[in-house]
Amino acid sequence: MLLIHCPYCDETLPEVEFTYAGQAHVVRPADPSSTSDSEWEAFLFLRENPKGAHYERWRHLHGCGRFFNAVRDTVSDRFLTTYAAGAPRPDLSDLIERAK
Amino acid sequence: MSGFRIPGKGRVDPATPVSFRFDGRKVRGLRGDTVASALLANGIHLMGRSFKYHRPRGPVAAGSEEPNALIGTRRGPGRYEPNTRATVQEIWPGLEATSQNKYPSLKWDIGAVNDAAYMLFSAGFYYKTFMWPRSFWDRVYEPFIRAAAGLGVSPSREDPDSYASRYLHCDVLIVGAGPAGLAAARAAAVDGLRVVLVDENAEAGGTLLSEPQARIDGRSAWDWLSAELAALKANGVRIMTRTTAIGYYHQNMIGMVEKLTDHLPDLPADTPRERMWRVRAKQVVLAQGALEKPLVFHGNDRPGVMLAGAAQTYLNRYGVLVGRQPAIVTSHDSAWYAAFDLADAGARVQAIVDTRADVRAELLAEAEARGIKVKLSHTATATSGRLRVKSLRVNPVRDGKVGTPYTIHCDTVLMSGGWTPSLHLFSHTRGSLAWDDDLTTFLPKDTPEECVIAGASRGLWGIEAALTDGADKGRAVAAALGKAGTETAHVVEADRPGTGTSEKELPTDLDPSRAKAFVDYQNDVTAKDLRLAVREGMRSIEHVKRYTTNGMATDQGKMSNINGLNIAADALGKKQPQVGLTTFRPPYTPTSFGAFAGYHRGAHFEVTRKTQIDAWAEEHGAVFEPVGQWRRARYFPKPGEDMDSAVRRECVATRASVGMFDASTLGKIEVVGPDAVEFMNRMYTNPWTKLAPGRCRYGLLCGDDGFIRDDGVIGRLSQDRFHVTTTTGGAARVLNMMEDYRQTEWPDLQVWLTSTTEQWATVAVNGPNAAKLLAPLVEGVELTDDAFPHMSCAECTVAGMPARLFRISFTGEIGFEINVPTPMGRKLWEAVWQAGQPFGIVPYGTETMHVLRAEKGYIVVGQDTDGTVTPHDAGIGWAIGKTKPDFVGKRGMARPDLVAKGRKQLVGLLTEDRSRLEEGAQIVFDPAQKVPMKMVGHVTSSYLSDAVGRPIALALVEGGQDRMGETVHIPMPDRTIAATITSSVFLDPDNARLKI
Ligand SMILES: [Zn+2]
Repeated sequence: MLLIHCPYCDETLPEVEFTYAGQAHVVRPADPSSTSDSEWEAFLFLRENPKGAHYERWRHLHGCGRFFNAVRDTVSDRFLTTYAAGAPRPDLSDLIERAK
Repeated sequence: MSGFRIPGKGRVDPATPVSFRFDGRKVRGLRGDTVASALLANGIHLMGRSFKYHRPRGPVAAGSEEPNALIGTRRGPGRYEPNTRATVQEIWPGLEATSQNKYPSLKWDIGAVNDAAYMLFSAGFYYKTFMWPRSFWDRVYEPFIRAAAGLGVSPSREDPDSYASRYLHCDVLIVGAGPAGLAAARAAAVDGLRVVLVDENAEAGGTLLSEPQARIDGRSAWDWLSAELAALKANGVRIMTRTTAIGYYHQNMIGMVEKLTDHLPDLPADTPRERMWRVRAKQVVLAQGALEKPLVFHGNDRPGVMLAGAAQTYLNRYGVLVGRQPAIVTSHDSAWYAAFDLADAGARVQAIVDTRADVRAELLAEAEARGIKVKLSHTATATSGRLRVKSLRVNPVRDGKVGTPYTIHCDTVLMSGGWTPSLHLFSHTRGSLAWDDDLTTFLPKDTPEECVIAGASRGLWGIEAALTDGADKGRAVAAALGKAGTETAHVVEADRPGTGTSEKELPTDLDPSRAKAFVDYQNDVTAKDLRLAVREGMRSIEHVKRYTTNGMATDQGKMSNINGLNIAADALGKKQPQVGLTTFRPPYTPTSFGAFAGYHRGAHFEVTRKTQIDAWAEEHGAVFEPVGQWRRARYFPKPGEDMDSAVRRECVATRASVGMFDASTLGKIEVVGPDAVEFMNRMYTNPWTKLAPGRCRYGLLCGDDGFIRDDGVIGRLSQDRFHVTTTTGGAARVLNMMEDYRQTEWPDLQVWLTSTTEQWATVAVNGPNAAKLLAPLVEGVELTDDAFPHMSCAECTVAGMPARLFRISFTGEIGFEINVPTPMGRKLWEAVWQAGQPFGIVPYGTETMHVLRAEKGYIVVGQDTDGTVTPHDAGIGWAIGKTKPDFVGKRGMARPDLVAKGRKQLVGLLTEDRSRLEEGAQIVFDPAQKVPMKMVGHVTSSYLSDAVGRPIALALVEGGQDRMGETVHIPMPDRTIAATITSSVFLDPDNARLKI
């Protein structure tokens, strides 16, 4: 079972308190009606499937209830970092360096 | 007692005899025995039949890696477990053990004909033998496979035992309480560090239990062990025996199963049989030791052929001589010591046959001192004996040539093909392994976990080496936790360091294609099978494994993996690491379902949510059904009524006068804040701005893909407060979706969401007399069409209770839903029940609710929709606020496929023969077309309807809304039913019945 750090509670807690919520930084267009079919398709369906660092969302469902973002290595299944929803993407090379 | 017990040997208690039964026969052992050691003490080696060939088998090991001696254990009615390893099961008075895979008896087994039909069952036989003719599959092959498949017999009754589940947090977890683990614990147990030491055996000590000759720091090994265990306890180390670390999971979580009662004669009350521990350790030391490998030669599976190390354990730990005339076959020094121990205990060791040309002079001298014949550079090529080995056939090997055979008479063959470090848990961590050419085995390299590996499990040999390495690793983990571990140094006398070689199958002068040289005993895989697999094109060890089933039995190849790899690598002409090692997966040893299930069984398998009115429903004979996690009353049968007649009566009474329904399970979400209306406008398809406080509206929730997610009536209580209802099963999902948008897409909105499902008990009252019934109970609202029209809501008092009153209808009748604080639910229900008596009120359940709503064509999300249905498909496009610039789902609904012609649309169906359709039945346009027919939709809801006068159904049909009056066909197994497409509203299309 993974241990996950909730950036709001500032606690590292077992995975059972959290739910996964898909890829992070997928922004809903401000005016969906003006998007093309392919733009809307990309927003709805097209997702990354990296071998390595993945930006993703989690929710501390059985805790503070808040959604936050995380970078998880899909190979090692380690969290490189977690950060508040709405915060910018952290720099990957920095994180990988720190993980070493 | 028996002649195979050696007085003064072993850790069993000679003063405490224990009787148990094996295949009905009474057997006497001693306290401390396992089933295997007790049987061996009675001269019994034959303990089971093999899986595929039904060959007679005896124990080959003395521990949890045992592949052969699998037994069923019984403790009175209901308590039966198959495939228990006889080498692990401790005996207690009254234990009933039975052998497996035999018919009619262990000694005369009819399935042994498979052994003669050997050629049929070679590698990949499933894929080849059972291919043709096709007609044989149903009548011959499948029944044969089903009868033959599976080890042992499943228990047939519910398990009466209980199983527990616990968490444990510690600083250091040490797996394996042999010398390395003990030394690690001693070194790490400093300065308040919480150290836990676990071992799967009944007692701690590991190798020390089998090597009493060693002297550690001037004391005998066993004296040192008991003193050391006492010291560890004094230092606060928690020692857990009969506890198997079954799996190593992410971030140092280790699953452990503790067996609490299987060894006890009487089951204590209030004690679970097993306890699953989820351990989160800051540091882990793996000290699982090493497992001995068999040698692979023809007849290496006969009862009486076993691992030399096992024989040494049976002698030293259990005081049992496994045979009086053992012959030794080995490629490792360790078996020599076993031979010496057995000789010193009175056995006449027939010979030590070693595959190696050079053996340490010291070993040769010891053998000579005991008068033991030594045969170096020899191979073993066969054994004889039906139910017990009688002789061993050996040949000298010179320059790679196998010479003239001769026979060694014996009653046991003790073999050693060297040792395999136990890397199972290390591999669970995704730890990398490195091939070691000298040891011919894989050794641990790196692991991403906070974990070190010590002693024999990293290839070190001998007690002193294990103690030294264990202490080093103990200090290392203490240092990682910021503590200085205890410095220790140990001197071991009479240690037995040793080396050896690792062999593929032994060279032979016999026809190798006829050899039954077993690699995997439990799955009956031979060296020949592995070579055949390579010849037939398997290149990776993973393919070889699956084709031959080598290593796929319940022992997961603990003994067979490296031998199998050596043979496959040889057949491929490659080095072992190029062929690869199969992946070890949890659990380390077979684990009961009970241990995994823990408390989650029976009534505790899942939460059962009950409303305040549930008890009343039960008292009034309701039949219940599960909806989500709720238990809901389905119908209230009167004596003699079946479901159809009860539902019909409830429907008729509701439409004729009044019915009441427990709607408390509906999901409820309070949406509050200055931006509540804006939030609602964005979430739901409907427009909310103009909805006045005190009014309700049917709300439709879609995903951004444009498909229906949920629905429910929503009341606006004030400018900034909405009472949202959701489907019973959808409440949590809807709240999660709302929170997602609120928190991450529109964090600027001033709005708060609260789940209030559990805060309100809800009673629905429906029927022409609903208003008349309720009016006297309601204070503050006049129940007239003018003062409180359909789709109104108000906060008021009902039967003296604070209430939120909604005038809404899910039946097509005049309807009210009264919400009161949950604890008042039953009081409200009974007040309505009393007030309804003059009107002949009936309580109705979910089934009647479904009929009444279907007659009106009201959809149930999840029944009439399936996640691919748009509001237009469902015929509720009117619920879309077309002028809103955006809402969740608006853009999705404009996707090309969602506006295309020919989508499946919700319609009504009336069968021509007036039969009731089956929900889920597929629909076709042309019943005469060839199979497979083109399916154009399916029946989503189907009920008998008294009000309509015939069965009604709702269905999704391709282009259905443009096919009114057309006939479709529903092919069923016995006939094809014709039905006419109609409107989905079967009753009162003008809603005249909603008026008071
Ligand atoms: Zn949190």
